[in-house]
Amino acid sequence: MSSSVIAVLIDAFSVGGLYALTALGIGLIFSVMRLANFAHAEFVTMPAYALFVLSGHPVIMAIAFSVLVAVVLALMTERVAFRPLRGIDPATMLIASFAVSMFLQRLLVFAFDSRIKPVDPLAFLDGSLTLLGADLNLLKLATVMTCLVLLVALTVFLKFTRFGLEMRAAAEDFTMSRLLGVRANRVIAMAFVLSALLAAVVALLFSAQTGFVHPRFGLQIVIIAFVATVIGGLGNLVGAAVGGFLVGVVSTLLQTFLPPDLRPFREAFVFFIVILVLLFRPQGLFPARGLKERI
Amino acid sequence: MELEASQVTVRFGGIRAVEDVSLRLGRQEIIGLIGPNGAGKTTLVNALSGFQKPRSGQIRLAGDDVTGWSPDAMARHGVVRTFQAVRLFQGLTVAENVETALLSTGADRSAARAHARDILAYLHLSERADTPANGLNYGDERRVGIARALAMEPKFLLLDEPAAGLNIGEAQELGQTIARIPNDFGCGILVIEHNMALVRDLCERLHVLATGMTLVEGTPAEVMAEPAFINAYLGAEA
Repeated sequence: MSSSVIAVLIDAFSVGGLYALTALGIGLIFSVMRLANFAHAEFVTMPAYALFVLSGHPVIMAIAFSVLVAVVLALMTERVAFRPLRGIDPATMLIASFAVSMFLQRLLVFAFDSRIKPVDPLAFLDGSLTLLGADLNLLKLATVMTCLVLLVALTVFLKFTRFGLEMRAAAEDFTMSRLLGVRANRVIAMAFVLSALLAAVVALLFSAQTGFVHPRFGLQIVIIAFVATVIGGLGNLVGAAVGGFLVGVVSTLLQTFLPPDLRPFREAFVFFIVILVLLFRPQGLFPARGLKERI
Repeated sequence: MELEASQVTVRFGGIRAVEDVSLRLGRQEIIGLIGPNGAGKTTLVNALSGFQKPRSGQIRLAGDDVTGWSPDAMARHGVVRTFQAVRLFQGLTVAENVETALLSTGADRSAARAHARDILAYLHLSERADTPANGLNYGDERRVGIARALAMEPKFLLLDEPAAGLNIGEAQELGQTIARIPNDFGCGILVIEHNMALVRDLCERLHVLATGMTLVEGTPAEVMAEPAFINAYLGAEA
């Protein structure tokens, strides 16, 4: 394997990994309550601002604060905006999540204005490492590693813990899971907490890659992650992760291999491929079970 | 302690599904609920388990009025049912299906895992424990449904056509298992079943519904000697 191939792969998987984590954050909530949570964008933006607020302080403190912000925000959103709408038409919940998203975005403009703010939470990862003759950016390597570790951790959580089993049961047949004693409030709150944790990690890694935050910071990545969940199969977590990786890998490869004249139109090619996938697999690559029946 | 329907009436629009039906189920007995298709058997089970609020009449549990309780509240208080469609979690393994129910009894995950194996062994499903639920044949699927219901530690277990689709041998084997449950798990059983041979051997009492009303009740011998039963039920089926 030539050194440039390794570099491109690390590039592709560091982008794809972030999309995958974001898609999983969306997918976790969608699977238990059929809410396509557009406000996930702010679940990413808010902790990124938390990093900005505490920049200059020890990085561990900033990270802890941003995780706290994400979790509190997610739990409050669930309690105030989504719980009262539970069991209502998914379209209504989608619109509500737009409203939450817009509200939080405007709140950030109000508090911090809309100009971009510099952040560099992971400055110590600025160097690079030479592996098999390839110069590999440490931050990108760390991103790939973190994504893999989180994917494994999430799998273990879902497979082997009490909450994980309850979440999988609730995701497949919410009514039946309640009959068997799964507490709806608890399992949904847990989905929001996990979603927030993933969002906080994405905020950290993505802001470290871009070097700045702004009120629409989370939106750019969440839009793509939504596409990834649809490609993967809405309501299916494996599908969300695979879809995220696929979109990331495809767009990085296009960036690398498209003729330079066409590179500015990379997104057009990405979405063209998305359309092709959906033409042949309208339910996504991994259709979820039990999507029709709800609470 | 009893589960009791008292003069229960359920209507859907103008149609009476169940009309003025009273029925009692004790903790140690097995009773059969039989009748032609459309007689209101599943509707009555729905009323007993909280899935259907009666238009009038009462559901009582240990003497307390529980009419209008939600299905999950009924299940928490020991009134557990199975479904004709079984409704297993298809993406979970057989053992995980049972474990999910066990968690509600306060077990932690490792205790649930061990206990699930015991319940599956009781229903002769040990070899299927790690099979995904969507890979089961019909008979196994129904037995997993019963295993999952038993995991809820029911005081009253309502089985909706547990032997539907089973061959004669499988149905007999299932009947033998069901017969042991009241003693082994301390729960009363109400079973909806079309298989008359199974019902006759299994049940101490039968309750026959026809067009939503109680036609006759009593021991299997009494019921089967009743001319009204022979006309309405066997006549309709044959």
